[in-house]
Amino acid sequence: MTALQEETVHATPELLKRHKMTAEEYERLRAILGRDPSWTELGITSALWSEHCSYKSSKIYLREFPTEGPHVVQGPGENAGIVDVGHGWVAAFKMESHNHPSFIEPYQGSMTGVGGILRDIFTMGARPIACMDALRFGEIDAPRMRSLIDGVVRGIGDYGNCVGIPTVGGETGFHRCYNKNILVNAFALGIARHDEIFHARASGSGNPVLYVGSRTGRDGIHGATMASDAFDAESERQRPTVQVGDPFTEKIVLEACLEAMRTGAIVAIQDMGAAGLTSSTFEMAGRGGTGLHLVLDRVPLREVGLTPYEMMLSESQERMVLVAKKGREEELEKVFRRWGLEVADIGRITDTGRAVLEWQGSVVADIPIQPLTEEAPVYRRPVAEPADLARRWEAPEVPQPEDLRGTLEALLATPDFASKSWIWTQYDTTVRTNTVHGPGGDAAVLLLKGTPSALAMTSDVNPVYCRLDPWRGGAQAVAEAARNLACTGAAPVGLTDCLNFGNPENPEVSWQFREAIRGMSEACRALGVPVISGNVSFYNETEGESIYPTPTVGMVGVIPAVAHVPDPFFTTKGDRIVLLGRDRSEFGGSAYLRLLHGIEQGRPPEVVLDAELRLAQLLRGLVARHLLRSAHDLSDGGFLLALAELSLGRGLGATVEVAMEGADLFSETQARALVACAPGAVEQVLRAAEEAGVPAVDVGATGGEELVVRAGGGLLRAPVADLHTVWSTALPRALGL
Amino acid sequence: MKCGVVVFPGSNCDHDAYHVLKHVLEQDVTFLWHQDESLQGCDLVVLPGGFSYGDYLRAGAMAALSPVMAAVKRHAEAGGLVLGICNGFQVLLEAGLLPGAMRRNASLRFQCKDVHLRVERTDLPYTHTLRAGQVLRMPIAHAEGNYEDAPEKLDALEAAGRVVFRYCTPEGEVTPEANPNGAARGIAGICNAGGNVLGLMPHPERCSEPILGNTDGLALFAGVVAAAGAMR
Repeated sequence: MTALQEETVHATPELLKRHKMTAEEYERLRAILGRDPSWTELGITSALWSEHCSYKSSKIYLREFPTEGPHVVQGPGENAGIVDVGHGWVAAFKMESHNHPSFIEPYQGSMTGVGGILRDIFTMGARPIACMDALRFGEIDAPRMRSLIDGVVRGIGDYGNCVGIPTVGGETGFHRCYNKNILVNAFALGIARHDEIFHARASGSGNPVLYVGSRTGRDGIHGATMASDAFDAESERQRPTVQVGDPFTEKIVLEACLEAMRTGAIVAIQDMGAAGLTSSTFEMAGRGGTGLHLVLDRVPLREVGLTPYEMMLSESQERMVLVAKKGREEELEKVFRRWGLEVADIGRITDTGRAVLEWQGSVVADIPIQPLTEEAPVYRRPVAEPADLARRWEAPEVPQPEDLRGTLEALLATPDFASKSWIWTQYDTTVRTNTVHGPGGDAAVLLLKGTPSALAMTSDVNPVYCRLDPWRGGAQAVAEAARNLACTGAAPVGLTDCLNFGNPENPEVSWQFREAIRGMSEACRALGVPVISGNVSFYNETEGESIYPTPTVGMVGVIPAVAHVPDPFFTTKGDRIVLLGRDRSEFGGSAYLRLLHGIEQGRPPEVVLDAELRLAQLLRGLVARHLLRSAHDLSDGGFLLALAELSLGRGLGATVEVAMEGADLFSETQARALVACAPGAVEQVLRAAEEAGVPAVDVGATGGEELVVRAGGGLLRAPVADLHTVWSTALPRALGL
Repeated sequence: MKCGVVVFPGSNCDHDAYHVLKHVLEQDVTFLWHQDESLQGCDLVVLPGGFSYGDYLRAGAMAALSPVMAAVKRHAEAGGLVLGICNGFQVLLEAGLLPGAMRRNASLRFQCKDVHLRVERTDLPYTHTLRAGQVLRMPIAHAEGNYEDAPEKLDALEAAGRVVFRYCTPEGEVTPEANPNGAARGIAGICNAGGNVLGLMPHPERCSEPILGNTDGLALFAGVVAAAGAMR
């Protein structure tokens, strides 16, 4: 049975539009097949060639990322990247967007975002131990925004909490550019012994293809195609394409898969994510250079009457497909049954290089696999620098603050700077008992049990910088992530990204994308951080309006000695406070101008990569010598916000005196950090900074119940408890709770 | 002492309890599968936190009917040690080994944060190393920890000295503000009449190592290990 037996379709423009395929793409498919496609084949191709699955508009730029490094075990191209973290352990991690589904249905959208990224991790043989979430919401008063925030937070919590993976970090920002297109970027990290890694590469003609997990329903059909389209007034009608998550099943599938992997009877394994059964089977066979023969009648269904087209495109959640060693199916079935899971033998690996799909005794699709996966269209979209770039970069007028305390309080009361504890107290942050530092600091720190080391992880990006100057914005995101890791003493080992952009068919968006990737790549090279996995989310556009470019960076580092990690907050009365780095007056895209004066103008702060590298090396050295009790980097909001955050964490005051003055206290010059050390260690800290070529000033001491800042002629004096009230109540109040 | 940590489908603090008993306290520990009908001679049985059976129907309701729970009931009735943490506490309530029931948190939200607990009873195998009125800091992580029972039953529970922990301020005062979930009378943990079965919502296994910044939970495990040694 080889010849196609399903009727072929000759595509009309209307039909192609529904499949988001161009006439050229359709012709390419016809050339590959040598005939018109069947209905099932058309659906399969449209999913595999969707922007979401094929990276057709981003591929040419993604090649610029450095992807190699001494720690890299698996670079981009698998379900997740893998790095060596020492002591025989590897870490698999990745970040992925679930923006479109989360805007349509926030609870299920964010749930399945977490579920999908967790499966990407345990598919590699790694046990997930941490999640982070980078969230971008619109203005809180925008239509639906409060319920979107609530739904997304509940969804993330309900999923991760139930599976038992701590959510240890992330970020939450607010900007009107997300009013109609929020961003939900989910990161997960898992660990495995070096020799336990699994790949999604099919091999062995005759090996059975097994299906495990939830049954297949009609949910999520064409989810990948939806994620490759802009929003309009019709988007509400796409609710049926949002998948529904079941964290309990995920937990069972996770445990069962990790146990099944230990039998040695699995050749390859992959989860059914975007484009479900299609992408999982085609990618496994494509990577392995094999063919496959599936009998779709054996796919476990949730309801009767699904067509092959629907089965192949369903995005029902918590499903895995695996290739077993022939003759050892029973061992695997025993494991899955013990966990109460259904296993279906749905076909065989073949050596034909073709995917043959059989249903009700007929062949409904017969496609050469590699041409479809390897020869997917690649586009070099037109690129255009925005015409008003010079005007955007004009240096803004910087109004001086009239009253330092009032200005600080006004910033602390914005949703951007307010404590996010309302969000993360709804997440289980401590399950698995690895969490040394959870949310609220620069980077999360997790034990690597049985070793003296720890893992640090952070997620960063400043979308306003990226809009004003995508090159600097991209470089800054990488630099800030590395700086956050350095504040815990961690050396970076790898980076994952979630590149959220508007419509790539808009030349300015393509320009933003190209520039951001160039900036990120240069920073990665300078700081020695390889990109090991990632995800591109285009078409974040509603009614013709694109979001700001938001290339979220997730970075992971290794701390050699966890016992030396400084706190992100002041801990001890009488500690000396040292400011590291050079202060300059840089206000382009600053939070001070944006949040207090409504100005988004000017070139963002310069990213001086060798200064970043020197600072990071200095911080790591100081931590390794166990000299620091606290460390926190300066980022948006500048010196004064960093100082306030150090005080607010544990309610310990400080008295400092600096040469900066007025608005400069809020300047966002990069490559700076504040550290605190025992008085006896301050000389060593200053000397180490001098040797490293990092400017350093002893600016004061911790202690008391007030924050006191003498800045030139200005004075700020405020009880920490009062600042704390402003900071900790602002978000729930803004949400109307 | 031989310890068993029960694994229900959906348990997710099983490894954490195992880790403390095995690697911190160096005890003989084994996992007990929910379909097991024997406790393999375990002296202490821990029902860990998590979402057994996905918390479908009600938290703990399905787990209470699993084969291993029949064995746990026999063990408890014979005076054997049973410690239920979080979801494990919910299972003990559903299994009838402890009285009362859980409602959703008053906030209707999952809450994960450190709380303070006042030790109300110090003659139990779990608490004999603690002082009456001592304040412990422990994390909670639950959506359904709002303990409830009929007022007269709560009176009887208190009169019998079966309230073991109450939510309190860092200074040890039981106040509504210190109560994270609306639990009746600030109840965070209770025991059975024999004192051998303890259920609590906070997670002592998450604060049992210095590197995690808090060892207040270790006393419970160390206490029960010492007591079991003495009982032998």
